[in-house]
Amino acid sequence: MSVPGSWQFCVRLLRRQLLLAVRRPIDIGNPLLFFTMVVVLFPLGLGPAPEQLTGFAPGALWIIALLSNLLTSDSVFRSDFDDGSLEQLLLAPQPLYLSVLAYIGAHWLTTGLLLAVLSPLFALMLNLPVYALSTLVFSLLLGTAVLSLLGGIGAALTVGLKRGGMLISLLLLPLYMPVLIFGSAAVQASVSGIPTGPYLAILGAMLCLAIALAPLAVAAGLRISIDA
Amino acid sequence: MAAAMWSFFYKLGSPPWLYAISGVILRWLLPGTLLALAVGMVWGLLFTSPDFRQGNSYRIIYIHVPAAVVALAGYYVMALAGAISLVWRMKMADVAMKAAAPIGAAFTFIALFTGAVWGKPTWGTWWVWDARITSMLILLFLYLGVVVLYEAFDNKEAAGKACAVLSLVGMVNIPIVYKSVDWWYSLHQPASIKFTGESTIDSSMLYPLLLMIASFYTLFFCCLLLNIRAELLKREARTQWVKKLARVVGGH
Repeated sequence: MSVPGSWQFCVRLLRRQLLLAVRRPIDIGNPLLFFTMVVVLFPLGLGPAPEQLTGFAPGALWIIALLSNLLTSDSVFRSDFDDGSLEQLLLAPQPLYLSVLAYIGAHWLTTGLLLAVLSPLFALMLNLPVYALSTLVFSLLLGTAVLSLLGGIGAALTVGLKRGGMLISLLLLPLYMPVLIFGSAAVQASVSGIPTGPYLAILGAMLCLAIALAPLAVAAGLRISIDA
Repeated sequence: MAAAMWSFFYKLGSPPWLYAISGVILRWLLPGTLLALAVGMVWGLLFTSPDFRQGNSYRIIYIHVPAAVVALAGYYVMALAGAISLVWRMKMADVAMKAAAPIGAAFTFIALFTGAVWGKPTWGTWWVWDARITSMLILLFLYLGVVVLYEAFDNKEAAGKACAVLSLVGMVNIPIVYKSVDWWYSLHQPASIKFTGESTIDSSMLYPLLLMIASFYTLFFCCLLLNIRAELLKREARTQWVKKLARVVGGH
């Protein structure tokens, strides 16, 4: 049997992760259900007045997207760590950078991408103006990718720990904050009719930086967790 | 010269040597720091003229600014020590990183607290969600994240490495913290002290401030050494030199 090349290996890994996700549709559905339920919490807690809803909708939608990403980050490497296949991955001759990118890519495709695509539905429930929807979708597409990459770092560092759940939130939330600031600012700007280009550009810059550096940190984190 | 430098680095890896040399440094540096702090405090709080707009309330600058400067610099110390322990596997760098985290958190808290106290008379509110204040709060969270992560690992070697990775990741956040006030200019004033060009603070107020900043740096260094010594004793508790030290101190 020949050894697959780096890219081929990466693509196969991505396919495997996506296949695993598709075969357990409940894991894909749960974050979306969580998103829907938290959307309901905001009008219940803050009052259903339409103008008020428009005011906090950008921030609320972004916070919910951030939380649902946070809750799913924990499980990116968990099952593969438990059954030992992560150890095999670390021993593989292919660069860990690309393998890690495949894991995180699969995580983003099954959480962030779906959330971004479905977000207009929830946005309309929170009375966000229709002209702001495209900015919401774009900012979520870029932003959730950054969140998934950062989430991978937290997941890699805590995967070996018994009590990882609360800890990963404490590690990740400070790192998530700049993304939240620019993501919700972009939607807010769109609502008030200000050009959103600069905000989206900064989100794009964050994504570039995260793609370049985050997999390195994830790879280092995985090696540490396997050794521990 | 090079040989002396290498032997210095070599010795730096030895816990008893580091313990001894830090003791010698602290014997001179700690009293010096406390004296400089006292001088700077008296000079700044009693012998400078009041600000023409803020009156006397501006004097908290002599605590607030040094604490904030050192809190930021402390993060670099922590991340740099973490990087050294990751790359060269130096045990003492790992100790230094672990020791720096709670001190940095404390300085950040002092900066935030004095900022709130200063904000009340100046801006009329204890807290505003201004960019720089918020990023200092994030800095506090980053420090606390390192402390919490370290405690979560049972394997302390892995804990050190994991914290090193986390602090390096957090370092990406520091330029954002530092530049944030220029990016999202709001209530907080931009830096008054500039190395190039005219400072916007009068020199009679500037000199005590510079003295305070310098003494806060050495205070951080003293705290770091004290914490490193405590950590060394804890880690090396089973070794001969610590037992011998305990006998000497205990008078047996």
